[in-house]
Amino acid sequence: MSVVDHNTLELAPIRISEAEVGDYIALLKPRVMSLVIFTALVGLAIAPGYFHPVLAFTSLLCISVGAGASGALNMALEGDIDAMMSRTANRPIPRGKVTREEAMTFGVTLAFFSVLTLGILVNWYAGALLAFTIFFYVVIYTMGLKRRTAQNIVIGGAAGSLPPVVAWVAATGSISVEPLLLFLIIFFWTPPHFWALALFRSDDYARAGVPMLPVVAGPDATRLQILLYTIVLVAIAASPWPLGYFDWIYGVASLILGGGMLALAVNVYVSRERSASLRATRKLFAFSILYLFALFATLLLEVVARAIAPWIGFGVG
Amino acid sequence: MDEEREKEGIVLTEAQLRSRRHRSIAIALALGVLVLLFFAVTIVKGPAVLNRPM
Repeated sequence: MSVVDHNTLELAPIRISEAEVGDYIALLKPRVMSLVIFTALVGLAIAPGYFHPVLAFTSLLCISVGAGASGALNMALEGDIDAMMSRTANRPIPRGKVTREEAMTFGVTLAFFSVLTLGILVNWYAGALLAFTIFFYVVIYTMGLKRRTAQNIVIGGAAGSLPPVVAWVAATGSISVEPLLLFLIIFFWTPPHFWALALFRSDDYARAGVPMLPVVAGPDATRLQILLYTIVLVAIAASPWPLGYFDWIYGVASLILGGGMLALAVNVYVSRERSASLRATRKLFAFSILYLFALFATLLLEVVARAIAPWIGFGVG
Repeated sequence: MDEEREKEGIVLTEAQLRSRRHRSIAIALALGVLVLLFFAVTIVKGPAVLNRPM
């Protein structure tokens, strides 16, 4: 009898990555990032007082990298769902270009450095809020809500609504009503936007077992919820003008854009026939992106108008 | 011949080498940006760089 067993240890074949830089950029969800950067830029722009451009750039960079980290961690945790949905089957993990572990390492590294850099170079309130945003998106939304409840994107929407608040806190070191209004606008914009997408992708979500509202409650209930949330959204988006937080340029734009959003939500509600319904939901989905960009762009316009008003002798307020 | 290959260990393919090189350059650039960022903020803040709220 031998004291040493001569068993051959079978090692798994070594996998050597062929992932390109573009695959890692795709993990950051660049389209979501662009919305985060833009809303955060508006949060910075409307913040009172002087904020050095280098610090403003640093804040924007950290917020956008933090958002990208959230996207990478989300993809690492949802590789199985992504593989089953036509919209997401082309992402780096389902394609086998990046492994789940690589995406996780990438996401954690970016999250760590974005929070640390924002904290050290700008302020720790903003750093802590960015850390909370990433935590909320990854742990509360992706790990907790996404596969469990039809309210996933309603509650999870809070994470996507925080970037302008983080930016404001970075610029001022404190919190105020204005960034909270921006938070509420994005928060109430999220359900109509994602439910419109879920309506015309409901087969995808059903196949992947994600309990989106159209899958769980049916298309009619979803149409009603879209309409109700849009009414609340339009009212909240218009309120900063009469309340005196934002000026008339924003007020008029919010009413016009809100009218468009409401008309398309009503169209989604009344269009029940399959092809008409598909057209209506696609239109609402596309317009909702334009709506948010345009609404926030008017706030930037107001900042510019206020800056040049003394030069041309014209009042903005 | 086989003995020679064994001595070489794992031999990367062209595609693996190329993608690794691209990833290494991207990491180097990202680190460079981080260094520049810390440098720029230090210059902008001056001695106040040590005063951090909270």
